[in-house]
Formats: sequence, structure tokens, C-alpha cells
Amino acid sequence: MSKIHDEMDEKTRAKGAFSRRGFLRGAGVASGALGGAVLTEEQAEAAQAAAQGPGAVAISLNVNGKEQKLNVEPRVTLLDACRNQLDLTGAKRVCDRGTCGACTMIMNGKVVYACTVLAIDAQGRQIQTIEGIGTPQKPHPVSTAFVNNDAQQCGYCTPGFVMAAKGFLDRNPKPTYDQVKAGLGGNLCRCGTYVGVRKAVLEAAGKKG
Amino acid sequence: MAGNYNWPPMESRRQMGKSYTRFEGIEKSTGRAKYSSDLNRPGMLHAMMLTSPHAHARVKSIDTAAALKVPGVTGVRVVAAAGAELNWVSQEIAIVAANTEQAARDGVRAIQIEYEVLPHVVKEDDLSKVGDRATPAGEQVTGDPEKAFKEAEVISEGQYGIPVLTHCCLEPHGQVIEWKGDVINFWPSTQNVSGIGGDLAKNLELPATQVKVHMDHVGGGFGSKFPSDRWGVEAARLSKEAGGRPVKLFLDRATELNMAGNRPSAFAKIKMAAKKDGTITGWESSSWATGGMTGGGMAPLPYVYVNIPNKRLNHTAVKTNGGPLRAWRAPNHPQASFLTCAAIEDLAAKLGMSPLDVMAKNVAWAVEARRETYLQQIKKAAELSDWNKLWHRRGDSGSGVVKRGLGVGICTWGGAGHLSNCNTTIHPDGSVVVELGSQDIGTGTRTIIAQVVAETLGLETRDVKVNLGDNAYPQSNASGGSTTVGGVCSSSRIATVNALDKLMEKVASSLGANADQLEAVNGKIQVKGTPGKSLAWKAACQKLGTQAITESGRNDPRNPRGLNTQGVGGIQVADVSVDTETGVVRMNKLVAVQDCGLIVNPRLAESQIFGACIMSICGALMEERVMDAATGRVLNPDMEFYKLAGISDIGEIQVHLMIDAEQDKRGIVGLGEPPTIGGIAAIANAVANAIGVRVPMVPLTPDRVLMALEERRA
Repeated sequence: MSKIHDEMDEKTRAKGAFSRRGFLRGAGVASGALGGAVLTEEQAEAAQAAAQGPGAVAISLNVNGKEQKLNVEPRVTLLDACRNQLDLTGAKRVCDRGTCGACTMIMNGKVVYACTVLAIDAQGRQIQTIEGIGTPQKPHPVSTAFVNNDAQQCGYCTPGFVMAAKGFLDRNPKPTYDQVKAGLGGNLCRCGTYVGVRKAVLEAAGKKG
Repeated sequence: MAGNYNWPPMESRRQMGKSYTRFEGIEKSTGRAKYSSDLNRPGMLHAMMLTSPHAHARVKSIDTAAALKVPGVTGVRVVAAAGAELNWVSQEIAIVAANTEQAARDGVRAIQIEYEVLPHVVKEDDLSKVGDRATPAGEQVTGDPEKAFKEAEVISEGQYGIPVLTHCCLEPHGQVIEWKGDVINFWPSTQNVSGIGGDLAKNLELPATQVKVHMDHVGGGFGSKFPSDRWGVEAARLSKEAGGRPVKLFLDRATELNMAGNRPSAFAKIKMAAKKDGTITGWESSSWATGGMTGGGMAPLPYVYVNIPNKRLNHTAVKTNGGPLRAWRAPNHPQASFLTCAAIEDLAAKLGMSPLDVMAKNVAWAVEARRETYLQQIKKAAELSDWNKLWHRRGDSGSGVVKRGLGVGICTWGGAGHLSNCNTTIHPDGSVVVELGSQDIGTGTRTIIAQVVAETLGLETRDVKVNLGDNAYPQSNASGGSTTVGGVCSSSRIATVNALDKLMEKVASSLGANADQLEAVNGKIQVKGTPGKSLAWKAACQKLGTQAITESGRNDPRNPRGLNTQGVGGIQVADVSVDTETGVVRMNKLVAVQDCGLIVNPRLAESQIFGACIMSICGALMEERVMDAATGRVLNPDMEFYKLAGISDIGEIQVHLMIDAEQDKRGIVGLGEPPTIGGIAAIANAVANAIGVRVPMVPLTPDRVLMALEERRA
């Protein structure tokens, strides 16, 4: 396994441009299931700055309206940067490859899987995490609706679901039941709370948040 | 009054029986709830594991020198030294701690290791191909099966299989741990707050008193999170070696699915003898299963119909090079229900009878205590699923491409309350706190305890603080076996009645009455039935002066005082549509009828059943740990190919809890597991009913459905 990785590293170094662009395009496809691409190809091209890393680099992220300076290796995801360095742990690391939605954040108004976005590529974008949309004292209507409809059990998928639901409702303020089922298909729950989630999203629809 | 622990009469309850939303709900849905995997402690190290890439191998050599030179790496511990045998993919070999996750990963990659690869067996579906890995359990014979089959009017035979599943808890197994001086602070992800510290201490050969366990929330366990595990033990040692810096080690998703627990498979060839009226007279089964190198669990056959008079049972345990099994929500029951109910459905189809009628006809073979319940449940499930209108004989589902069918599954479970201790403290300012070394695994444990305590004291739930998640609190057993609600409600009831009795002794004289003439209702302590002679709760508590009251309560499973009991049944009916061109099965509806004893919170109870039904849908249609015979690897240790149902896959789910005076009288019975049992059987049977042929193996993926249809045509 490690041999393959090493070869890959060699190749990456030799070709320079290959992996980032390919990865970003792949990431866009993966998050497409959720309704929003990570970066367009043009944006990806524009992001082809001078080579960075492999050591930590200084970056700046705009998270929940606040500019945050941090040092991360280029391979660190937005999710891990938020969880490990900014103590924003609402987004969870579950599948770590763009399938389950537990890490869902909103970037420039679009819903993304934060495990498939590199922290360095999230610079210059408006990043919103679950911590940025409400507090237990002043919750976002989606969070309240999740409580009212018992749309959570262990709760580990819940912050991701709430963010996905918020992003979905921002685009579809008055969804039908079937649209809710299709729109929230990018998030997985193991305890089986979907019956409550369906009701919660319908309850939150149209409420300001 | 003293020592009267009985539940208040159903009709006079004010807090119990109400559908409160869960207490910690808003913390969870705003992302503020801190799980152990969310903790960032000052100076914390991150650890990662090197695990086996082979299903069976011996470590020839291992050299960690290069790993220790990786910048940021602080320590390496080897758990499988040269000569060690590795028996499954992802078995632990070495653990690296570093300042960052990235450095730890680089450290793992820098370890030089050579393996001697050994032969493996990872598949058990064909028993003839497992060689010496099979261990027969010996034959059990009851009655005279030979005669029963000779005299049978109808004989039905089939072979059925259900694969190994993995728990796939969303929060992986792991912990943050800090070993400083004599004290280990341990933040695990566990179902076993009171017990896991002692388990860790035992593994480290330390007194249990040195381990302090703390955990506010756990991101799913389903039976897989009881022990301290190798990764807990080694993370503790890495912390000690790093001078007490905290170490965080949570498994990555692949490791989690490869080896942090699975549900054993179950296969069986089943033959049934019956009369033309559907009475089952004989049973023969040869079953086999694997759950890794221990051979796996044994599904109890025949399920529910345990008293079929003439039986021949054989079982074979198969050792395979897969991750080790762990308890899974109703161990062995979903498998047994599927195997048995599939055989009953096939018999019913052969007889041209409705499987509900065959189940009812044979209810005498179930334990006596459940017979009447099953008959009621069959009736209710038929009503809610519109069975009489929608059910048809097998395969008689019209000429269209999409076929609709109904099927049924059955369950049984114990669920008596576990050993639980509780302290209730009433403070002079009127505040109330209860403490239990228990855990809320997503079942609403905090909420239901608050309801019990508020009910007992005549207060509102918001007046009660519930402290769980610390092993300094009174010991309460692990959450497994659907035992928690019964255990913690009973212990907190007893502790709180004891505390209230003490309070009443203090205030009796000022109300001019004896303590046993007082009651606590509507936020007051009053002379029974005389609201005029009362003290407001706070005023009453002020009589305590400076001394709080702390009283304990204990649920002793040997004498639960009528507060909790065991034994439930349950019937589930599935309504599915199958596209015979694509093989895709769609859920229309799943009906779950469940007896339940006394229900503390109907909303939370219902949520448990919704979740259990959805877990059954996953198991029936999607979930399977796929092994590759050639490489010995799990082919889908991830969440894109280890499939779970999404929000659009589940159809409608209708839950019917039998909440009534008869049930209530029984006391509390656990509910987490029973509704996970019958759904797979119901769905698999509904598919057979729809398409006219048995798909022998679940999950009922499109390829399996199409293959079964193809075989019927051929």
C-alpha cells in the first residue's frame, strides 16, 4: 500500500499539475449528489498557484464571518482544519470520502462535503458551519424542527443533516414531501431517524433563519 | 407511603407517558453536543494504527526506527511483534502517536514490515468449501422427527442465508485518553460508562479506581461498544510515555468496518413437516454461521415456535479470517427470525395459505406467555397493512412488470431492567439532581429519567437535573440487551421515593400531619387530597436548613419490585413492489406492531421503532460485508459500497405500540432490540410473495432478485 502511495507522490511531483485538478474535478462530482459542486474547472485552474507544501502553510479562512489564520499542510481537509484547529466540531468525520454528509458545510451559499474540500482551496470563500447558523439559546429554525420532530437519536449525523436541510431550504423554500426525500438524499443516518427528518424539514420550510 | 415504589396509576400520571422531546436535542441539532471524538485537549497528540493488509499472515519482521524519525512523531507501540500471527484484515500491528494526524499517518507509513502470507478462508456461504474451518456443534433431537416427516401431509424445504453485517457506527470506536501520574482520564465512545474503566484498568493491570471515565454523548454503538479495546489500552500507554499528554485515537472508516465489530452470518437448510391445515409437525435444520475466528453465533432455531414437537437440529460454526463479531442489536435474533419466517412463508405458499394464518395456527408452539399477544398482534398487523385486501397467493400478482407483495416476520425478546444504582439529591434551594453511571446512547435515557423523577416529586422535568456519563456516579450497567430503560427508571424511582420520604419526614410537623399522610403533587408537598394544607416545593425544601438529602436506589434484577419485567413479542408486515425487469425492490410500507409494557415516553419509544425498522430495511435490501475469496479482503469497508438506506429508500413506516392498561400493569420492558428483529423476514417474504419465487439470500439486491427470477424461468 505504502509503495503505491510513494509512486503516486513521485508522479505528482513530476507532473505537477495533475493531481490537484483531477482531484478537484472528482470532488466536484462527488458532492454533486448534494446539489453543489466544490469548484468549477475554471476556479480550479485559477487556484493553480505556485506549488505549496508538503509542509504546513499559512492560510486564512473565513468561517462563520470571521477571518481565521491557521497553519495547515496542503493535504488537510476543510473538515479537519475546522475540527482540529478551530474547535468547530459540529461537522463530523464519518466516511471521510464524500458519501455520508456528516461533515456538511455551506460554502459560498452551496452545500459541500467538507471532507472533500482542501482547507487551502477554501480560502477566499464564505464558509458556514453549523456553529454559524444558531446556538442552543437562539437556534436556527431547522435545528428547532429537528428537536420538535425527534429527527435525531445518537445525533452524530444530525449537524450534517441540519446543514444539508438548511442549504436545501434556502434553494427550495416550499418543498413538497417528495422533493424533501430527493433533496436530503446525500446524508446518511445509522440510527434511522429519517421519518423525523422528513417531518422536520417540512416544518422548517418557509421559516426564516 | 414509605417505601411505596409502585408506579403511580396510569391515569394519574403527569410526567410519565408524555411525549417530551429529548433533553439534549437542541445541543445535538446545533452541533454543540461534544462527543468524545470532538474533544481537543491542550497538548493533545493524535494516534493512528498500522493494521494488517492480509487476512492471514505472520509478521516476519517489523522496524519502527524510521517512523520515530518522522517529524512530529512522539511514540510508536508495536502490538504484533515479529512472529505474531494476524488473523484478519485490519488487525492491529502498531500504533503511532504524533503532534498531528498527518504526522501520525506518515509515521505509520514509515514502519518497515515484512509478512509471511498464510492461507485464509473468508467465505462461508458454501459449507463444502471451508475445509477444516468447520466445527459441528452436535445434533439435537426432540421427539421423533423421522416419524413426523414420514407421516407429513406436506413437506416444505428451503435454503436461506443472511450475510455478515458491520455495525457501521457513525462515530467510530476510539477515545481521548490522558495518563498523568496515578490517574487516567478516559473519554471513550462507549455503551458502558460504568464498566469500561474497570476493563481498561484490568488490561493495564492497575486498580480500577485509577481510571476516570467521562462521556457526554456516543455516536452509535448498537452492541459494539462495550470493551476498552486494544486501541484504548495502547493509546493510554502512548499518553504515559509522552509524559501525560492526551492522546486521541479514533478508527478510520475502513478499519471501523473491517474489524470493530460485525453481526455473524447465518445460513440454514430447513425442512418442515405439516398437515394440510397448516399445523407444523416436524422441523429439521442444518445451520451454519461465521463471525470471524471464534466461529460466530448460533441463531436459535426454530425461532419463536420453540415447541414444535419433533425436531432435528444441527449447527456448524465456521472460523473465517474476518474481523471478530460483536453483539449486535438483538444478537442472533434477526437471523433466526429470517430463517424461520422464510421457511414458514415457503410452507404457507406450498399450502396455498396466508402466512399469517399459518403463524396463528401454530401459535401453540410459542411459549405460553406470548401466545395471546401474538394472536392480537397478527390481527392488528393485518388490519394496519390492509392484508385482507392486498395479500394474494404467491406470485399471483398480475401481469405488469412491477409486482407487489406482502410478507410477515416475528420477534421475541427479554428486556428486563439491568442492575442500576442511582443517587437522588434534593437541595435546600429546591433543586434536584440524579446521578447514574449510565449513558444515553440515543435512546433518550436522560429524558425518561427526568420524567420518572419529576413524576415522583410532583415537579416538572425542567426542575430535574440528570447527570450521566461518569464512572464516579453510582454504577449502572452497560446499555445492552434492551435493559437500560427498565434499569434506570426503576433505580431512579426508588432513589427518588427514598429522598422524598426523607423530605416528608422533615416537613410533616409544619403541616400538622404524619409523613405518611403527605403527597408530592403539582409542585407542592401537601396533605393527601387537601391542597389547602400544603407547602410549595421550594418552601418545603427550605426546611432542610443547610443539609441536602441524598438517597440511593437500586434496581436489582433478581427483585425488580414489579417496576420492570421482561418478555415481548412483535409482528412486522412489509408491503413491497418489485420491478421484475430491473430487480429493484421498493418499500411501500412497513408495519410494526409491538407490545411494550409501560411506556415512559411514547415519542421516544416510537423513534426507537422507526429506527429499528429502518435498520431492518438496510439489512433486507442493502447491507452486506462483501469478502473477496482471493485476497481475503473486505471489498466494501467504506460507506459508498457498504450500503445504508437513505431518506428516500424507506417508504412509509407505521408503528403500533400496544399502550393500554394491560401492558402498563406489567411495568417497563426494554424496546431497543425487539423491533429490529422481524423486519428482514417480513421484507424478504414480501418479495417472495410478489415475484413468486424465493430469493434465498439477503440482502435482496437487484442481481439476486433477477437471478432468482431467471432460475424460475429456466
